[in-house]
Amino acid sequence: MANIKAIDKKSKAQSMGMHTEVLTGRTQQKFFNPDEAENFYYFGTYDVDFNKRTELDVMNMSAPEANKEIDNLMSQGYGTIVIKNPQGKHSLGVGILNKLNLIFEGSLGYFGMGSCDGPIVRINGRVGWSCAENLMAGKVVIEKNAGSCFGAAIRGGDLICKGSVGARTGIDMKGGTIIIGGDAGAFTGFMMQRGRIIILGDVGINLGDSMYDGTIFVGGEIGSYGSDAVDSELTLSDQDWLRRKLKVAEIGEDFDVSKMKKIVAGKKLWNYDNLEPTEKKGAI
Amino acid sequence: MCGIAGLIHRGKSSNVGSELQGMLQALKHRGEDSTGYALYGDTDGKNFIMRFKVGENVGEGSSSVMEDVSVYDERKKIVDQTLAEMGAKIVKEERTLPYSLRYEIDFETKDLLDFSQRIESIPGVEILSMGKSLEVIKDLGNAKMVCDRYSLDKLVGTHAIGHARMATESGVDIKSAHPFWGYPFSDVSVVHNGQLTNYWNNRRVLENKGMRFMSECDSELIAVYIAQKMREGASLEEGMKDSLSGLDGVFTYFVATKDSLGMAKDTMAAKPLVLYESDDLVAMGSEEIAIRSVLPHEIDTYDPFDGEVKVWQI
Repeated sequence: MANIKAIDKKSKAQSMGMHTEVLTGRTQQKFFNPDEAENFYYFGTYDVDFNKRTELDVMNMSAPEANKEIDNLMSQGYGTIVIKNPQGKHSLGVGILNKLNLIFEGSLGYFGMGSCDGPIVRINGRVGWSCAENLMAGKVVIEKNAGSCFGAAIRGGDLICKGSVGARTGIDMKGGTIIIGGDAGAFTGFMMQRGRIIILGDVGINLGDSMYDGTIFVGGEIGSYGSDAVDSELTLSDQDWLRRKLKVAEIGEDFDVSKMKKIVAGKKLWNYDNLEPTEKKGAI
Repeated sequence: MCGIAGLIHRGKSSNVGSELQGMLQALKHRGEDSTGYALYGDTDGKNFIMRFKVGENVGEGSSSVMEDVSVYDERKKIVDQTLAEMGAKIVKEERTLPYSLRYEIDFETKDLLDFSQRIESIPGVEILSMGKSLEVIKDLGNAKMVCDRYSLDKLVGTHAIGHARMATESGVDIKSAHPFWGYPFSDVSVVHNGQLTNYWNNRRVLENKGMRFMSECDSELIAVYIAQKMREGASLEEGMKDSLSGLDGVFTYFVATKDSLGMAKDTMAAKPLVLYESDDLVAMGSEEIAIRSVLPHEIDTYDPFDGEVKVWQI
């Protein structure tokens, strides 16, 4: 196993699929200045107590009504909320910008958990298209299958599906990690710009098509490679990272990561030298 | 955008009219310009059931026109006369709406092509479906409106497919609404969600082979394309698999026959489909909420992958 602590920062970042460690963007400099904590403030966020738990039955609620009630419960300090009877409704749990333990006892429709930043979510069912789109931080675990565009444009956090997912998983993703326990459909990693996708099963055609950057790890068979997607050497530090990630994700802990394939962009299509905030934290 | 839904009971019958109404109504936000049902009812299998229209219900963008009921009456008379000339006996007749009729016909034939051509040679007349189990009912409005208008909620059968339409490339009228009958095959119907980009190329080829198109809706091509493949000797599943390369564009579609239900998804997987499969029931729709309307308890569902074709028997 590679000794990650012994590797200098630049090499470590490169081995994890990131090209440089140079920060130049003003926004990101602000993000990492602890003296400017006010820049982290989100309007409409709450300090919640994880030990304060409640249940919410959304059977007879519309999605806006259910989301408004979740917001209301967070404003009362509830830090653990169990949602009963989601019944495949669309757009549940969107726009949560603070830490929260959120558990769905059932399946979600389209755009579930979209535009979130921080919650820890467990969905004891299936999710439809575009689950956790634009996720900034936090963790979303799906116990069953997921639809297409899973984790579209996420910028951070961990998105885990224990079953199989549809097409275009991680499309346009800009950071974070997506982990799939089963198979994935066509165009996985389409136009991904940063971050990592791990697929333990098989993956469909056009894997990583037009990817700018980032890394895709595949445990099973690959239908075909997309334009500009190429194989790369699976390093020891990759394997170490994969083992740790799968363990934390409670998925495929016994999986032989040494036989996984690593796919990266064959060309440097654009200069994406500025790391996302969460990736910066992970690399340091 | 459009929404499609379908279900098949294996080894038993159920109230498929009411079940499909619930599924399509759950998808009404995907389009409610028109809604269509293809219901496979329990029958004795002796007579043909012909659903046909002698006029249009016209909405936005349609090239058709509303006509006087007397015009419909005149067309109906000609249909009755033509049936008599062909030796087809009308056993039962229902006129749900002035322009929409349902006939049960005692008629012996294995080739419906000549039969259909003669009926549809009457101006303004279109056969919506022909079969010994299939009944296609389609009209303007959402699923509940059409179901109530045609009293479909009591229909018992084994399987059904349906479509909630948002009109895009053709007008709001019955002729452009789904499902489409797989002319001239008995008991074949198709619904589709997506866009076909080689519609005119395929249409010209198929018309040269004697197939007919009643609308300019690209979805009709799927029904005609598969019907032509079956005429050439292909099975339903073979015809559907062939369509993955023969049809260009993005699509998810269902095809139903007297005893089977199939789905196909294009190689880009650009159109949604959620599927539930058990030993006694298969239910599928553009969104999971459609399936939830018939199976409210927690179930395992999944998205079929790109280029996937599946067929189930009753």
